Amino acid sequence: MDITIANTFLPHDDPDTALAFYRDVLGFEVRNDVGYGDMRWITVGPAGQPGTSIVLYPPAADPGVTDDEKRTITEMMAKGTYATLVLATPDLDATFDALQAAGAEVVQEPTDQPYGIRDAAFRDPAGNQLRFNQVG
Amino acid sequence: MTSKADAEQRRSDLARLRRVRDRIDREYAQPLDVEALARGAHMSAGHLSRQFKAAYGESVYAYLMTRRIERAMALLRRGDLTVTEVCFAVGCQSLGTFSTRFTELVGVPPSVYRGSAEHSTAGMPSCVAKQVTRPVRNREATPSEPHLA
Repeated sequence: MDITIANTFLPHDDPDTALAFYRDVLGFEVRNDVGYGDMRWITVGPAGQPGTSIVLYPPAADPGVTDDEKRTITEMMAKGTYATLVLATPDLDATFDALQAAGAEVVQEPTDQPYGIRDAAFRDPAGNQLRFNQVG
Repeated sequence: MTSKADAEQRRSDLARLRRVRDRIDREYAQPLDVEALARGAHMSAGHLSRQFKAAYGESVYAYLMTRRIERAMALLRRGDLTVTEVCFAVGCQSLGTFSTRFTELVGVPPSVYRGSAEHSTAGMPSCVAKQVTRPVRNREATPSEPHLA
């Protein structure tokens, strides 16, 4: 089998804010942007890696999600316990400084973890946790 | 107020609590206390404590101390720092409070943990070491030898 990760999904709570963060702060390409109003699916990803994308999606669009479930999901997003994505970079400190300078919410400064990695963490505007591992 | 506005207010309140929790993750090694965290969030200490517990199931103070103890466990495992040094390195200002909370969460006092846990994760994959060395949150450990090594 030859399997790659094509799309992974992260919820947004406001499409324009999400787009501004992933495009302008992280510097990702915008590969697709479909839907209308708040119901937008925005596909982004790092330049040079066309095979792997993140789809920023409206979490309550599925008609099978009940109002109670929708409330739970959006509240978990707001309190920061819903979704996580781990990214990697060869220069963690430079990435950290650039994101912090751009106003991203810092959760953890670059730290040497006792389990052998060096990482840092931020929130995206919707409250998703974005961790950055140092690689190479 | 409409229910939509209520829901928006609730999400906004939760996001504010998230920023307090993230600040604890970021600055736990500073001499933070509940009053300072509440001031930073423009809330009273009592209001923050009640709202935080309702949202996260544990108090602000418990979350802060758990983060400190978690880091303290990692520093003690290195073996080159004394218990007192570790206590101050993780932002605790009272050795007595630190030792008491450490013992409640970990099951043994920090001095005993330091002696028994040194090098105990050597050879363990990092993802396993991360899990087994975390303090037990919301479910205080029963006094026993740490289940390491």
